[in-house]
Amino acid sequence: MLKDLFVKRQYATVKSSTLKKSVSEEKPNIPSGMWEKCDKCNSMIYAEDLENSKFVCATCGHHFRLNAKERIKVFFDKDTFKEFWKDLKTTNPLDFKGYEEKLKSGKTDSTEAVVTGVGKLNGIEVACAIMDSFFMMGSMGTVVGEKITRLIEHATENKLPLMIFTASGGARMQEGIFSLMQMAKISAALAKHSEAGLLYISILTDPTTGGVTASFAMEGDIILSEPNALIGFAGRRVIENTIKETLPDNFQKAEFLLEKGFVDAIVERKNMRACIYKILILHGVRN
Amino acid sequence: MDKDFMKINVTPWESVEIARHKDRPSGQYYIETIFKDFIEFHGDRNFGDDQAIIGGIASINDINVTVIAITKGSNTSEYIKRNFGMPNPEGYRKALRLMKQAEKFKRPIICFIDTMGAFPGMGAEERGQGQAIANNLFELSRLKTPIISIITGEGESGGALALAVADKIFMLEHSIYSVLSPEGFASILWKDPSRVKEAAAVAKITAKDLKGFDIIDGIVKEPRGGAHKNPVKTAEVLKKTIVDSLLELKEKDLNELIDNRYNKFRAMGNFY
Repeated sequence: MLKDLFVKRQYATVKSSTLKKSVSEEKPNIPSGMWEKCDKCNSMIYAEDLENSKFVCATCGHHFRLNAKERIKVFFDKDTFKEFWKDLKTTNPLDFKGYEEKLKSGKTDSTEAVVTGVGKLNGIEVACAIMDSFFMMGSMGTVVGEKITRLIEHATENKLPLMIFTASGGARMQEGIFSLMQMAKISAALAKHSEAGLLYISILTDPTTGGVTASFAMEGDIILSEPNALIGFAGRRVIENTIKETLPDNFQKAEFLLEKGFVDAIVERKNMRACIYKILILHGVRN
Repeated sequence: MDKDFMKINVTPWESVEIARHKDRPSGQYYIETIFKDFIEFHGDRNFGDDQAIIGGIASINDINVTVIAITKGSNTSEYIKRNFGMPNPEGYRKALRLMKQAEKFKRPIICFIDTMGAFPGMGAEERGQGQAIANNLFELSRLKTPIISIITGEGESGGALALAVADKIFMLEHSIYSVLSPEGFASILWKDPSRVKEAAAVAKITAKDLKGFDIIDGIVKEPRGGAHKNPVKTAEVLKKTIVDSLLELKEKDLNELIDNRYNKFRAMGNFY
């Protein structure tokens, strides 16, 4: 037995090129887009099931980020959403190099970081802005500011309730000071909508940060949030660098904000339509 | 490395250096020099008193006013006391409380701004930094009294804007007003915080840039080399700007004033 330990073994050499080839051949042949992986629990979800569950993981309840088109589909009555001002474009006010190319690189159908228009919820007409974090991280530039402001003014003129689904990394740096001023412009329009006695519900989705949090996200008569959404003003790393400490995991999550008193309720995506419908009815809004 | 900025044309980055100069007159200096009978009022009536923001009442040329300043202080112990001019939510709430008080007693409001932005701290987030700033923007846009805001040093991010939704916005000649510091701008856009000088130029943050964009109403001239070369003279020029604006705004009907304020911000941004 002990002798066996010293027996010289023989090894075969396999070229790395052959190795790679054989591995790739063994890969299961799944058509792309049929399966999605949950970012949180890693379980594989059949794409059609995911869509039927409004892009919420059936295993762990993780709410996938939605682009504007998906959000409209899961929220409004079928085919009732009418988009306004789709083709509004920025002039690149700072002549920032490479900005035009960057604007074309969005991984979504949206033409800017927000889609604005009117849609129906159980037959009730509402003015709605849906931010799209797949377009330049949902950053707020002049077009985002202008589209949202026009929508609010449209809602005020037509006495419509207003809803904004927020999702944003904050200000659009490429537009500098103009980006900052959109916070004031939108807030002023909201204050007028409010003065007219009209209802504004903001719905915070993952992620809502920076200048959007410091303006219209926090100006709702009623502020709702999807579960586990990141919501904050300053970025996590900036805070960690300032205080030289690691922040707790739940910091700046929707549940944390609820506990601190900054959101009215956390509503799961599957219940969002029903919840908002109820709020509209309780405000005497009818179709 | 005390630099002399006596040349006539300073670069955008030199403007940043002047705006941040350790001897640059503070908001507190302007309050004491320009106004009479200033009384400071403390606290947001909810959590505490944020010393990054000073506020109270005073008079200027026999006009009673409310004065508010975000200020860094002028020596090390003050820097610490005033958190380097980075307010917490209670600072913005104190400012709003004093502004509502001004509205009630029909006093115009004058704000001095010098801040690197709202404080990015854990407590600030817990107490709703975003909500506090948002609420100021919302309320200031409809406040029924004239508001004049002056950027005296740095005016960075929403933390500055929270006191700058005003009828008249001025910048001292070498102050800067921007969405983010040049350091932040360089690190977000180029992942390279060392490119600050370039960022200062590209981000267009000088008084001259902002006047060109119609974001501000006017530039308050500084003595050659910067306000710190002659604070008394700077305060004199600033006082004249404030008094002229007050006299102009006081004549306006309040509804007209608020409509004009709305339209002023409504027009900011270009698109096609």
